[in-house]
Amino acid sequence: MVEDTVDTFFENYQPESFFDEMFTAPGEVRSHYKDLLSRFQGMSHEEFCRKRALADTSFLTQGITFTVYNDDQGTERIFPFDLIPRIIPADEWAHLERGLEQRIRALNLFLHDIYHEQRILKEKVIPAEYVLSAAHFRKEFMGFNVPRDIYIHICGTDLIRDKDGNYLVLEDNGRCPSGVSYVLENRVAMKRVFPRLFASHAVRPVDDYAQNLLNLLRYIAPDSRRDPTVVLLTPGIYNSAYYEHSYLARSMGIEIVEGRDLVVQNDEVFMKTTKGLKPVDVIYRRIDDDFLDPQVFRPDSCLGVPGIVQAYRRGKVSLANSIGTGVADDKVMYYFVPRMIRFYLGEEPILPNVQTYLSSEEKDRSYILDHLDQLVVKAANESGGYGMLIGTQASQAEIEKFRELIQANPRNYIAQPVISLSRSPSYVDNAAEGGNLQGRHIDLRPYILYGEKITILPGGLTRVAMKKGSLVVNSSQGGGSKDTWVLEE
Amino acid sequence: MLSRAADCLYWMSRYIERAENNARILEVNQQLMLDFEQSEATVRQHWAPIINSLEEHELFHKFYAEADGESVVEFVTFEQKNPNSIFSCLSRARENARSVREQISSEMWEHLNELYLFIRSKGARELFHASSYQFFKHILQGSFQFIGITDATMTHGEGWQFIQLGKFLERADRTSRILDVKYHILLPSGERVGGNVDTVQWMAVLRSCSALEAYTKLYVGQIAPWKVAEFLIMNDSFPRALRHCIHRLDFALHSISGVSEDRFSNEAERLGGKLRGELDYTRIGEVFQAGLHQYLDRFQKRLSEINDATQEIYCEIPPPEQRQSQSQSQSQGGGSQAQGQSQSVGSAKR
Repeated sequence: MVEDTVDTFFENYQPESFFDEMFTAPGEVRSHYKDLLSRFQGMSHEEFCRKRALADTSFLTQGITFTVYNDDQGTERIFPFDLIPRIIPADEWAHLERGLEQRIRALNLFLHDIYHEQRILKEKVIPAEYVLSAAHFRKEFMGFNVPRDIYIHICGTDLIRDKDGNYLVLEDNGRCPSGVSYVLENRVAMKRVFPRLFASHAVRPVDDYAQNLLNLLRYIAPDSRRDPTVVLLTPGIYNSAYYEHSYLARSMGIEIVEGRDLVVQNDEVFMKTTKGLKPVDVIYRRIDDDFLDPQVFRPDSCLGVPGIVQAYRRGKVSLANSIGTGVADDKVMYYFVPRMIRFYLGEEPILPNVQTYLSSEEKDRSYILDHLDQLVVKAANESGGYGMLIGTQASQAEIEKFRELIQANPRNYIAQPVISLSRSPSYVDNAAEGGNLQGRHIDLRPYILYGEKITILPGGLTRVAMKKGSLVVNSSQGGGSKDTWVLEE
Repeated sequence: MLSRAADCLYWMSRYIERAENNARILEVNQQLMLDFEQSEATVRQHWAPIINSLEEHELFHKFYAEADGESVVEFVTFEQKNPNSIFSCLSRARENARSVREQISSEMWEHLNELYLFIRSKGARELFHASSYQFFKHILQGSFQFIGITDATMTHGEGWQFIQLGKFLERADRTSRILDVKYHILLPSGERVGGNVDTVQWMAVLRSCSALEAYTKLYVGQIAPWKVAEFLIMNDSFPRALRHCIHRLDFALHSISGVSEDRFSNEAERLGGKLRGELDYTRIGEVFQAGLHQYLDRFQKRLSEINDATQEIYCEIPPPEQRQSQSQSQSQGGGSQAQGQSQSVGSAKR
């Protein structure tokens, strides 16, 4: 039946006034989506729904789920997956790659600098108090040399596109960025569900991520260890990202350990095995600094390993990411990244920041306070969509609450104009009006590995705000994801 | 292998075996009750011993006043507050498996996960009400398939041996309890030992161990108490008989340590080997002389000693208390905050 094909949904599809990833105008498809469109045109609605159910079941039975919080039934849900992929042409990706590489180089030079000479502070490129007052600045590590001089080994940088389609950097995650397992599993699911679609597109593969990650971890092993033992340190199965920890450990063929599996003796780290203690050389830790070592950071932490920081200081064990990288995640520091790029690399930033106002600067603050109803306000050290005000959607009471927060602690807040993120056609259940395919706002989190060389996973995680009109893509706030295709030249 | 991983594999295996045995006991006894006149007294006499043999008497009576078919079956099948219900066993098996996803094959994980999703689903209740026989059969087959998948897809290395160890220890324990149920079931007044009702009850014991066919072949049809006991205790090749289970348990222990079977290198091996030797050289007459119930009781205590020794040698790790709340609230850049359910992993010492 003609009226039953997906094509008819695309016929009704409205890009509206946003930057749409697939269409320039109603019915006008972008060239790199042409093949995709024609493939979907041959498919019935029924077949599409069947494929969708197939993908969902496969996620559920494989246990690719996250725990639903505040639910004592222990309910687990799958991360909503949208079957319409996001496609990035080769030249566009090359541009992103150059920009991301430039950025991670600058961030690493910055981290080295602030834990050593502090040139950037002495030359007043960044006001010193911003760095020294940062919540995640670890002054205990002043003068410490990290293995191979790399601080952020694994980075997830969030990108968005504005109404003209320009890519902008929204934030850098230089501590324990999560989500990469969804990139890999989404691809597996798509190949299972749409085998023929891949044959017609030259999509760059993502399967070597785990191998690259393992190479990186081996590369940073303490000197002279030829065949280092690498482990992944997880907070445990109740952590929302546990599936990912387990997935990555399995893909690399390394042990996944909890803090209680490790013990430090004479500044050496060991894991407890059925055959006694076995030395550990490199730890990919998915535990924040604060919980890593109760002797150094939070004394009440029982997730960490007493003495591990001392072992790290003595160069007996390597950690990825290094301790103290959180300062680069600080949203106030984000403001200064373009200056870092100019200062350390003598280059102009390839990927611009979103226009940002610092409420600790008097001029910016008065602008922020006068325009709260038009801005997004963010706390400097929160993530996951928490501690945030979207002024255009907020009530007067919420705005007043943030006004007080900002005035009480200006260092802790920044503000940005509301960016109407680009949209991508996404399948919508029970669509009373507008059809089953509607535009939904998306972002992109590429994953950057910094080892012997810098490798960037082609594509990354495209997150989708599944609610109509919503700009919040975080999984904790009802976001979903899409497979992301980077095309070969 | 990590001590914690060994512990998780061991308990995963025990819980699956426990779920399977619970399902069989319930199924057999439901069938059995169809053969009797359902006076209140017979019903109570029948179901109460089952609860007793599972050592859940106290917990059961917190929820239910009377041990009738419905309450016992509900308690042993779906009751989430019963840590050894089929529901809880499958949840805990799956939780242990989740902690060692990298040790087991994807096929094992997906199968166990599906079984877990099934028991939590509305479909499980629906099937149970439509035909409890079909429901229990589904659980039994789920367990059999898991054992088969484990054999066919996992390297038969150290981790696999811990799975065998857990399976045979749990199975020996369950068989001994099933046999013990008969001790607790009183014959209705007027019935004599060796009479019709007595025979039917002994047949139920055999069926609860999937042993009726094997027994009948060996003893050509005669159902006699001492022969049933002899078969379930002394047979060395029937997979659920105590002696067979202890042989396999002993072999698993020695495979783990790499020490030959004629000596011991640790306390678990010493206890296992001693029990094995005794089973090899005991006559059923001696068991009855000591008293079947007393013998089985002592047997269960010795299994528990082997369990404790194994845990101490291979799995000693600090208790997981407190850890859970922090592991949930760890932030993950751009991820989310968590507070979840509370179920402890692993070490239920029974």
